[in-house]
Amino acid sequence: MNQKPLPTHLRHRRTAWTGGLGTLLGALLIGLMLASPAAALPVGQPVEFETEAQEQQYQKLVRELRCTVCQSETIYESNAPLAGDMRRRVYEMTADGASEDEIIDFMVQRYGDYVRYRPPLQANTVLLWTSPFLLLVAGGLVWLQVVRQRQQVANHGELSADERAALERFRRGE
Amino acid sequence: MIAELGNFALILALCLAATQAVLPLVGAGIGNERLMRTGRSLAVGQFVFLVASYAALTWAFVVSDFSVEYVALNSNVALPTHYKVTAVWGGHEGSLLLWVMVLAAWSVAVAIFSKPLPREMVARVLAVLGMVSVGFLAFTVLTSNPFDRLIPAPADGVDLNPLLQDPGMIIHPPLLYMGYVGMAVVFAFAMAALIGGRLDAAWARWSRPWTTVAWCFLTLGVGVGSWWAYYELGWGGWWFWDPVENASFMPWLAATALLHCLAVTEKRGGFKVWTVMLAIVTFALTILGAFIVRSGVITSVHAFATDPDRGVFLLAMLGATLLGSLALYAWRAPKVGLGGGFGWYSRESLLLGNNVLLVVSCAAVFIGTLYPLALDAFSLSKISVGPPFFDAVFMPLMMPMLFLVGMAPRVAWKQGNPQETYRELRWVFVVSVLLGIAWPLAMGAWNPLTALGLGLAIWILLTAATDLRNRMMRRRSQGLGGMLRALRPSFLGMHLAHAGLALVVIAISMVNTYEIERDVRLAPGETATAGKYAFTLASVSKVRGPNFDADQASIVVTRNGTQVTTLTPQRRDYDSQTGMPMTQASLHRRPSRDLYVSLGEPVGSDAWLVRLYYKPYMFWMWTGGLLMAFGGFLAAADRRYRLARDRSTVSQTDIPISGRDVRQEVS
Amino acid sequence: MLKRIFIPLTGALMVLGLLYVGLGLDSRSLPSPLVGKPAPAFELESLEDPERMITEADFIGEVALVNVWASWCSSCRSEKPYLMALARQGVTIHAFNYRDTREDATHYLAADMNPYDTIAFDPQGDAGMEWGVYATPETYVLDAEGIIRYKHIGPLDAQLVREEILPVLEKLEAEQS
Repeated sequence: MNQKPLPTHLRHRRTAWTGGLGTLLGALLIGLMLASPAAALPVGQPVEFETEAQEQQYQKLVRELRCTVCQSETIYESNAPLAGDMRRRVYEMTADGASEDEIIDFMVQRYGDYVRYRPPLQANTVLLWTSPFLLLVAGGLVWLQVVRQRQQVANHGELSADERAALERFRRGE
Repeated sequence: MIAELGNFALILALCLAATQAVLPLVGAGIGNERLMRTGRSLAVGQFVFLVASYAALTWAFVVSDFSVEYVALNSNVALPTHYKVTAVWGGHEGSLLLWVMVLAAWSVAVAIFSKPLPREMVARVLAVLGMVSVGFLAFTVLTSNPFDRLIPAPADGVDLNPLLQDPGMIIHPPLLYMGYVGMAVVFAFAMAALIGGRLDAAWARWSRPWTTVAWCFLTLGVGVGSWWAYYELGWGGWWFWDPVENASFMPWLAATALLHCLAVTEKRGGFKVWTVMLAIVTFALTILGAFIVRSGVITSVHAFATDPDRGVFLLAMLGATLLGSLALYAWRAPKVGLGGGFGWYSRESLLLGNNVLLVVSCAAVFIGTLYPLALDAFSLSKISVGPPFFDAVFMPLMMPMLFLVGMAPRVAWKQGNPQETYRELRWVFVVSVLLGIAWPLAMGAWNPLTALGLGLAIWILLTAATDLRNRMMRRRSQGLGGMLRALRPSFLGMHLAHAGLALVVIAISMVNTYEIERDVRLAPGETATAGKYAFTLASVSKVRGPNFDADQASIVVTRNGTQVTTLTPQRRDYDSQTGMPMTQASLHRRPSRDLYVSLGEPVGSDAWLVRLYYKPYMFWMWTGGLLMAFGGFLAAADRRYRLARDRSTVSQTDIPISGRDVRQEVS
Repeated sequence: MLKRIFIPLTGALMVLGLLYVGLGLDSRSLPSPLVGKPAPAFELESLEDPERMITEADFIGEVALVNVWASWCSSCRSEKPYLMALARQGVTIHAFNYRDTREDATHYLAADMNPYDTIAFDPQGDAGMEWGVYATPETYVLDAEGIIRYKHIGPLDAQLVREEILPVLEKLEAEQS
């Protein structure tokens, strides 16, 4: 596959586009760059397995592995020949009874963690996986703090629920 | 010549924007009314020149003036005229011109519709908008001028990317930019309020309809983008968590938080600091979006560093925005008061919870999008963060959020009563749970997440419906007219928007669980099934489009022997890019399901690879998006925003806060 | 006063710094996890002689380059002079002919000179996947024990040969003796 840098004017085109469809341009340019004869599993090639579990494993994996030469595409979506090779390899390994982890390991050994769209939980991704939930906890604490503070403001200005209840009891002569 | 005029108009607009950034501000500072009034005319002038500039570029496209480099790269002679017109925003430079023109349009709208506002406020808002405009116009003129000439002119242009030759391209960018740029208006209101030292309920009331309208456009823009990707890309996906999509989703999440925060600021005078922060963050996220899309730092695996000047310029703009606004905040905000108190169980506290969840969701998307860059920056590793991560993180954050969406509108401001909520909503809750459990059973396969999603959506729909009913029944004595008048636009709009969200949730739950997808190989006469539908390939023929050749399959769809429709997916070979076929899916849409067929490669002598999809309830995804935006527009049209624009009394009277708090407000 | 904005300011500065660093990064350069690992196993026909099978053992024994190329790849053509120069200097260069046809590949070599010692024919990209090939051209450096010590994705040029390939080769030769 030809990895020659794109001519300037094409590079500009690639980044030209805002919105939900950046992948479109990517797809186009990858297409331009990878004009090679394909011998791999074409997009949409029916695959057949002996068991339902294998079928599911294949369908899951092709949606979680990244086409490494593409711009942000899974191997399920990509027309790139390398993606076709990877689909075929996933298919063959699955049909041979390899487990999900074995296939992912196979790909990671050759292409690195970059190939996984589901980043593994390891030292350098601990922050990635935990920070949303840490932030949620922090947000919860902020919520508590603010509510407490505002409750005091509310209580300061007027009677609290307890005080109102006490007043009510007092009125009724209890 | 026309192109030079366009360029000239563009530069004049830049000069006007620079003036607009200064004069009204000075006027407001020294109390000079004439200077303040210049803001309006300058905004109008800037808009006129930008329209002229834009028209010049459009003209260059329509007459195929390939001596303009941008035209040569994004159009060609054979391109149908309507796509020539939209090709203007098909590339970086032209889309930037659209951006600044939309910004000028918003400024004019502010100039027109805020006549009743205090003139200092209007002057400051327009000045801030002028500054934003200067930034983007300078960016256009200095790094991305669409009028640059290409000498000698080529005989024909490269062509507009075939993927962009689609009706989606006509509506998606303008809507999205209306949304993005609308956030600049919200930001300008916040900055103007800070400059004037006036962060009060009146400010919230003025900026709220603008925020709502901008949010509606952003919702439509994101929704249309998703709708377009869904049918255009040919594999039936509607959301990919791609960095560029995230770039539009982050401002949407932040704007949604802002919208709800403004409700508290307006009604109860609280959360002002937070509101200002959100306004800043939302606007900054739109610039970050532009950075992500236009600098080539993140999206591209093959990032042969794009023109680095652009990235640096946008980064400088982002920096100026963030640091400038934070400095202004540090300088002025100590004068801001706390606002009214409230109990732990109150509308305020629940809206605060909503804000926490939305902001954390936004942060999660942000982290997922930038994390690979951060690891790379520290040379730690190259990783990818994709849909599995975002799904895993986003879902748990959204679930409590959806529950709150149903509940919060039923809780009173300041101090709610949990027992009362319980009494009002217990049956609704029970019904939602039961329906949530039963509906997936009726679909044939039960799974807890689907049940939870559907149950929450039903919860939102039912709480909204009963709230509307209660409100109407209270006016039963006044007849039908009175009952309808009880539904104030802002109230109705809120519930419609929430219902729209519920529809989207239903669609997501359904399509994620019950979608059927089949890759098949079909020769003419052969049949494959997906769910209850049988797809028979009748024939494949060659057709000729305006600028492409295509293989078009004719696929007859039947259900129980009755013909449903004939679908005609195409595989197009554009003249400008032969050897790189584009698939054009064909859909049959019904409220309960979409049938979706795309044509793959030919195999063997006469067979074809065909992808068949049965996608339940996709219709509700788009309907839900439209309903959300419609609800927003309705709410923004509420009369009270117009009535409230009484210049003298800045309507603090109807804000039921204890007196001590009101005096803390800076006025 | 600054205390109020400490948190947002820190956050903003961090993001700005990150993006600034990001502008200078080359997101294309993907480090190969195979560097430091033994050459992956494969078994392919020779390009010139379908009867002869080539395995990784044929690539191992001395310090050598392994180049991945194809006749349809235009940047392979652009790096060919540098490979020729290296070959003339006595560097052993093995190759994978990647996703190609015998006919085209033979033409490509015949039209010009052939820098390669051993060429494994890999029409399906089988060995390519074992070796973690992203895109042609790619160049690996193997040491005498067959450990991959260096990998470059993309075409070679004079600077790269001078500043990276040759020093690596020299270092490995020195280690060996």
